[in-house]
Amino acid sequence: MDPRLHIIDKRLQDIKRIIAVSGGKGGTGKSSVASVLALTLAKNGYRTGLLDLDFGGPSAHIILGVEGLFPEEDKGLIPPDVSGIRFMSIIYFTGNNPAPLRGKEISNAIIELLAVTLWGELDFLIIDMPPGMADTTLDVIRLIRRMEFILVTTPSRLAIEVAKRELAVLQELHLPVLGLIENMLTTRQYTGVADKAAGRQVTSLGSIDFDSTLEHAIGNVDKLLQTKFAKQLSSYHPLK
Amino acid sequence: MHEWALAESVITTVVDEIRLNNIRKVTKVDVMVGELQQIDLEIFRFALENVMKTYELSLESKAIRIAIEKNILRCEVCGKIWSFGDAGCRLGEDEAEAIHFIPEIAHVYIRCPECSSPDFEIVKGRGVWIKTIEGER
Ligand SMILES: [Zn+2]
Repeated sequence: MDPRLHIIDKRLQDIKRIIAVSGGKGGTGKSSVASVLALTLAKNGYRTGLLDLDFGGPSAHIILGVEGLFPEEDKGLIPPDVSGIRFMSIIYFTGNNPAPLRGKEISNAIIELLAVTLWGELDFLIIDMPPGMADTTLDVIRLIRRMEFILVTTPSRLAIEVAKRELAVLQELHLPVLGLIENMLTTRQYTGVADKAAGRQVTSLGSIDFDSTLEHAIGNVDKLLQTKFAKQLSSYHPLK
Repeated sequence: MHEWALAESVITTVVDEIRLNNIRKVTKVDVMVGELQQIDLEIFRFALENVMKTYELSLESKAIRIAIEKNILRCEVCGKIWSFGDAGCRLGEDEAEAIHFIPEIAHVYIRCPECSSPDFEIVKGRGVWIKTIEGER
């Protein structure tokens, strides 16, 4: 018996909605969507948490400009407040060092983090998911029940193919998919993948234009919220 | 894992077992803890006592037996088998604390003493598990 599995449900019990931001292919802007979505929710007065489970390439802390923080220890770990978000990431433990972990170990580390984190009461917990549909993702799906998914893709055919496959897996597992966001759009590239997905009984959350100012806003929360990216995302997100 | 989280997870497991199997009195709980979790047994015992109260579980504290499993690490590259705590495997306080919370962090700070690879398997000495729960119906 692994007692850690017993505690995870309890750790998440006071969270109203858990939203996983996923996007099979790397480089679709999944972490930016997750981070800015969390920021927007917090700004709108929702009690919001952000959990970076992309242990292979954690980046939410870079987007949010997190530095020199460590969770407070009180019968578990309390995620530090980052611009109104309770933020948890493996980087508190790894520092800037790479974490060369195999799949099973990533799952183990995720279990450990979920078992020890005290979120308290939240309206939303946003999760920056591990990439792809491999073991780690399936473990996370198994461990954190009642997750709802947002898929992020780009107009690239490669990204779309991966997103479609991921969508198929999620639907087969009967997991709620809130919708698909087509990110980094240029007018010429418009593929309407979100609309096509809507045809498959998945809500289209719409598209977000490629925003060259986003890169310069990374690490600065105020600037991030001023970007067109943030504005478009806040009008599309499914919580309105 | 942190001692308190660990204690709470053990107690919730026992409580679930009691309910599931209609156990009237729990007589023995065998808990195994991997050495890499680096728990402080005194704090763990203290946490168990306290968590028990909040779950209204009355269990003699000596009924809970805790055993530590020694760690064995094996390099995936050269096959070297060693143990954290061997000479040359000393860590700073921050590193030790990070491993205490998440044992896999060992891969960030520990290297194979033979070939310096971070790609090693934690063969033994990680995790927490309950070996047996015994009780009277
Ligand atoms: Zn080696």
